[in-house]
Amino acid sequence: MIESFVTQLEKQHLIAAFALVGGAMYISYLVSDKLTKGRVHGSAIAIMVGLALAYFGGIHTGGSRGLADISLFAGLGLMGGGMLRDLAIIATAYGVRFQEIRAAGISGIIALFLGVIVSFVAGVAVAYAFGYRDPVSLTTIGAGTVTYIVGPIAGASIGASSDIIALSIAAGLFKSILVMVLTPIAARHIGLDNPRSAMIFGGLMGTTSGVAAGLAATDPKLVPYGAMTATFYTGLGALLAPSVLYLAVRAVF
Amino acid sequence: MVIYGVALLAGCMLVGLWAGDVLGMLLGVNSNVGGVGIAMLMLIFLGGYLMDKGKMPSGTESGITFWNGMYIPIVVAMAASQDVAAAFDGGMIALLASLVAVAASFALVPFLTRLGHPKSSSTTAVASASSASKASKSRVKTSSSSPASARTRTAR
Repeated sequence: MIESFVTQLEKQHLIAAFALVGGAMYISYLVSDKLTKGRVHGSAIAIMVGLALAYFGGIHTGGSRGLADISLFAGLGLMGGGMLRDLAIIATAYGVRFQEIRAAGISGIIALFLGVIVSFVAGVAVAYAFGYRDPVSLTTIGAGTVTYIVGPIAGASIGASSDIIALSIAAGLFKSILVMVLTPIAARHIGLDNPRSAMIFGGLMGTTSGVAAGLAATDPKLVPYGAMTATFYTGLGALLAPSVLYLAVRAVF
Repeated sequence: MVIYGVALLAGCMLVGLWAGDVLGMLLGVNSNVGGVGIAMLMLIFLGGYLMDKGKMPSGTESGITFWNGMYIPIVVAMAASQDVAAAFDGGMIALLASLVAVAASFALVPFLTRLGHPKSSSTTAVASASSASKASKSRVKTSSSSPASARTRTAR
């Protein structure tokens, strides 16, 4: 009985992955709601759960594809692979209106570019300080510091290894959580109390979940302003990191 | 029809990634140069154009919004299938990199808020954010309309 169910899970691996991720997300959002009172967004907890599962999967099998190396969870590799990932990230661009960014004015646009570049440079600098010298790893870690999705996109397109990509996801995840937790504390000191500064804040930070959760804890009225500019951030990062920024890193190192 | 939306999305992805490959070849870097970003730009313009023409019925739209909604679950699956065990020792790099990035970005907020608006106040900000005349009213207006404009967004 149990055996035939397991066989079925292995056969329908992609569908099993949908069910598994759905369950993991349900628990994560529950934890976010009950244990952190929404302070840490459910999506951040879910990604943390994903990384933790990959860690134990890797320890268990000694393979390099995390939980996907366990045949029962092989579908995760397909679901989280490059093809569906790119499709989903491109889909997030639908409905974005360039008119909206004009509302933030020139400083909103500067905030977006500066936000991507500052985070990228910070990631590259720290990776360099820890002994990484090849442009592919430096770019991937820098891109991950931009957001946890730009890292894998850049890493996949310039050929980074899976452990570097995992590191880049972790960097983006930490950034997102730091923004969620630190925003209410820092808000008063950086003048984050009006729509204009919220839009600039969204453009500089970029992580939509971090900005939304951080601003919600600061002043819920500011959330749409921050989220509005933040939606452009990942797209800009996906455009810049594997192109201009990678070429710049190659030129320097 | 749902498949029209999925097909539009797929078409943007294929052309964008192809353009990224060609760009990489032209630049001689042997990698995909910004293909996903190019595809996103294409979807913004094509989707926006079709929306304005009224050629995006809700069925077609749902073909795109479904994949938009699958974004975080797919990222979770992606995280679960990475070589985290090998990357574990590098955890400090990830933490430090994000800490430096967040600290630097926080520090830039007051600087940029002052830029271009020397006498920055919430009133001028709202007035520039919305073309409505009455600042006090428009504040309520923009804050209620913005979530609608960001309705297809999911947390990221």
